[in-house]
Amino acid sequence: MIGDPLSLGTLSSSEIVPESSFLALLERSGLQPKWPIEHGADLAVPQATTVLALRWENGVAMAGDRRATAGNVIAHQRVKKVYRADEFSAVAISGTAGMALELTKLFQTELEHYEKIEDVRLSLDGKANYLARMVRSNLPLAVQGLAVVPLLSGYDESDRTGKLYSFDVVGGRYEEQNYATTGSGGSEAKAFLKGAWRPDLDEAEVLHIAIEALVAAAEEDSATGGPDPKRGIYPNVATVTADGFREIPDEEIAPVVDHVLENRP
Amino acid sequence: MTAQFYVPPEQLIKDRAEFARKGIQRGRPIVVMEYSGGILLIGENSSRSLHKIGEIYDRVAFAAVGRFNEFETLRVAGIRYADVKGFAYARADVTGKGLANAYSQSLGQIFTHEIKPYEVEVIVAELAEGDNHIYHIRFDGTLRDEHGFAVIGGDEAVIRERMVEAYQPDLELGAAMAMATTAIAESSEEDISDDAWEAAALDESLGRRKFRRLDLEEVSAAV
Repeated sequence: MIGDPLSLGTLSSSEIVPESSFLALLERSGLQPKWPIEHGADLAVPQATTVLALRWENGVAMAGDRRATAGNVIAHQRVKKVYRADEFSAVAISGTAGMALELTKLFQTELEHYEKIEDVRLSLDGKANYLARMVRSNLPLAVQGLAVVPLLSGYDESDRTGKLYSFDVVGGRYEEQNYATTGSGGSEAKAFLKGAWRPDLDEAEVLHIAIEALVAAAEEDSATGGPDPKRGIYPNVATVTADGFREIPDEEIAPVVDHVLENRP
Repeated sequence: MTAQFYVPPEQLIKDRAEFARKGIQRGRPIVVMEYSGGILLIGENSSRSLHKIGEIYDRVAFAAVGRFNEFETLRVAGIRYADVKGFAYARADVTGKGLANAYSQSLGQIFTHEIKPYEVEVIVAELAEGDNHIYHIRFDGTLRDEHGFAVIGGDEAVIRERMVEAYQPDLELGAAMAMATTAIAESSEEDISDDAWEAAALDESLGRRKFRRLDLEEVSAAV
């Protein structure tokens, strides 16, 4: 038919989901990620742990440790938990790692798909609402122990300010003021941030505080991996400002990690 | 029972092609050409928001002339095709050739099977270090791999002639813009104002997404 030149979904205006939605397109072609698990499944799959986000003077920063655990086993030592969502937002994941990684990829593609079709980026609020919907659709699996709980942060191009969002397994979306954490070591990291956070942090300070919060979490929580300079395992840190997303390279993180580890009480 | 009139297939195809060609000729032309740092896509367009040039994927861009609703459908379908393929396999597996083929199949099918053919002509440009491609797809599905530059819409033959004379590889972006706009302006009967250009580039120097729109200042400085 005419409206469907490449056989990838029609352009029908009667659809409830907007035509620029990538997930809706995948659903129509039966390609959406699915985890068909019978009730009562008890799987020990890798879980991604502590991630955090905080505001600083130019925008937001996000950081995550590198460990994934399955039960009492350390499943992976170098998992990446902080991702670029699009030019002005970042997403960090905790919970069932395999599902979280797939959802992140889907989220990234969705944002780019929308941007290309509509010729404008989704608003930061729009991104947060969409991510909440993705988390909510995962609720049946969360009930069976396969939860995915992300954090979203970004630079709001219209308000010219950094914003943070946390989520819960039912798709609750909460805009956080100054900092947010999730994952098994999240409460330790939050306790640290409570004492250390100030509104006027600069980039060097925010990097320092984010890493120290992860080190603090790793000291108390066995599922959170501390930095391991000997093996070159450093936390992932990224910032989002008016200039866009920036992933901090290991070379910049390493001296900060050394400094933090030396001065830890 | 109503009797069907017999129309010889030659006549049918000729009529359809003539119909589509007329529609496309009315469209303002677009030139796509290689320059030293990538591929330039430039054309006349008085609208700031209804684009004729767009991003499809990391290294793939789209340009079209003709009926807006028809090529917009193709553009969106192209983005869907590319995003689904890149999601299901890997980003590197999305190629200009695959997309050009899909467009060619669709346009060919529509040309013979639908009530009226699409009045559009499409270019798919792909940046691949040292092996750039510019695919030209006609309303009837004819697919051509062009070398150096391609022209669609308007007085295509005249613009092409001028481009053949003037084109040289490895021009700077500004010089390439000046050349393409001159070729288009010379073929046009009306004067084209400086702010009536739409331009974009697949720019080697960018990161993963090579597509960027060129703003008016950049274009008018070169023109």
